[in-house]
Amino acid sequence: MDWMDFFWAFVIGGAICVVGQLLMSLTRLTPARILVLFVTLGVVLTAFGLYEPLVELAGAGATVPLTGFGYALGKGAMEGAMENGVIGAFTGGITATAGGVAAAIVFGYLNAVIFTPRTKK
Amino acid sequence: MKQKRLGRQTVVFDAPPRIVAGATIVGDMEGAGPLGGYFDLILEDDTWGEDTWEKAERKMFEQAVRRALERCAMQPAEIDLLLGGDLLNQIITANFAARELAIPFLGLYGACSTMAESLLLGSMLIDGGYAGHVACAATSHFSTAERQYRFPLEMGGQTTPTAQRTVTGAGSSLLVEAGYAGGAQFRHIFVTGGTIGRVVDLGITDANNMGAAMAPAAADTLAAHLREQSRAVSDYDMIVTGDLGSFGSEMFNELCRDKGIDLSDRHRDCGNMIFDPAQKVDCGGSGCGCSAVTLNAFLLRRMEEGDFTRMLFMATGALMSPTAGMQGDSIPGIAHAVVIERR
Repeated sequence: MDWMDFFWAFVIGGAICVVGQLLMSLTRLTPARILVLFVTLGVVLTAFGLYEPLVELAGAGATVPLTGFGYALGKGAMEGAMENGVIGAFTGGITATAGGVAAAIVFGYLNAVIFTPRTKK
Repeated sequence: MKQKRLGRQTVVFDAPPRIVAGATIVGDMEGAGPLGGYFDLILEDDTWGEDTWEKAERKMFEQAVRRALERCAMQPAEIDLLLGGDLLNQIITANFAARELAIPFLGLYGACSTMAESLLLGSMLIDGGYAGHVACAATSHFSTAERQYRFPLEMGGQTTPTAQRTVTGAGSSLLVEAGYAGGAQFRHIFVTGGTIGRVVDLGITDANNMGAAMAPAAADTLAAHLREQSRAVSDYDMIVTGDLGSFGSEMFNELCRDKGIDLSDRHRDCGNMIFDPAQKVDCGGSGCGCSAVTLNAFLLRRMEEGDFTRMLFMATGALMSPTAGMQGDSIPGIAHAVVIERR
């Protein structure tokens, strides 16, 4: 195990979150818009081959934040296109992210069952 | 025909109706604020044992009205009219509470100006001879308002630092005709007139800066009132706005100065009174309940005790709509003024 992996995962993952926090604090963008922006940004960066090096360097630090979801979508679409052409470009992204989407639904549901929301203090 | 009107917006009453009772129910954060000791009931649990916050808000509306009536030993059946509203779609709080109370009901939507709107309308109906006893009420609830106007709390989003906090509170007043001789919590409080506000819009689009959306309406109504009543700010001991908050209050003072009105130290804002700065409520309180509970719990009591004799109660409403906002529209504001005097 290389301890530098922890370091880079922390730095890159943290830096992505800092960008999100700055957008929340300094602009009037709503959380939903920032969410969409990050996913789209991940796809675009992946398409230009700019996100892959980040993933190689930081691992989960780059794949766990929302841009990582965009990376999985973009990468899946490109791989699908290589294998199955145009149809693959449509199915590849969804296939690659199916696990994450299903997990979000399952754990979201479980959270809703277990917890009761309360008023913020 | 127009003998009870002065100018375009102002009304004066021949036989000023009395406010004989007020009742308030608030959440724990409001209870922990500077006015905590004045509220009738402070809810530790803001669902009040109900399944949802919406149902709790309904219960607060109904119970606030019942408590005000109890103070005068009256039953809902003795009330000619219920006037009230809240901030939710189809004013469900007021509508569903009115179903339980079974008092003839006119629902109002004036955003956060509802308390002043109901008092003004109720007084006009009493002075016009259409009602003898009128219950007026307004509510808001932090968690239902978040769902209505921003995001459901379940989403766990962050708030911006300029945002005001919607007050969890229900306030009700009981208005009666001048000749009333029954039981009363207040013996000296009269509504002598008021000014109906116009919708004013300076093009503010930031839903987190509603004080700025309402301040121009407040300045417009105040200017109209003073002009039509031929009065000056010094004729009032206090000019109370509903929920401009700290930022909106500054803007209100500035706009008044531009119109040649010097508020000096007579302006107070319910949004600034209800929370302590230490409670970290950014720019103060907001919502229908903010002015409703501050008036009924604090201001009327202080007036009854003789601390001041004439106030202009001017609740301010940001007529914000999430749909219009998403379509790029600005937030219009409105303010209604009610002259409340001690006699």
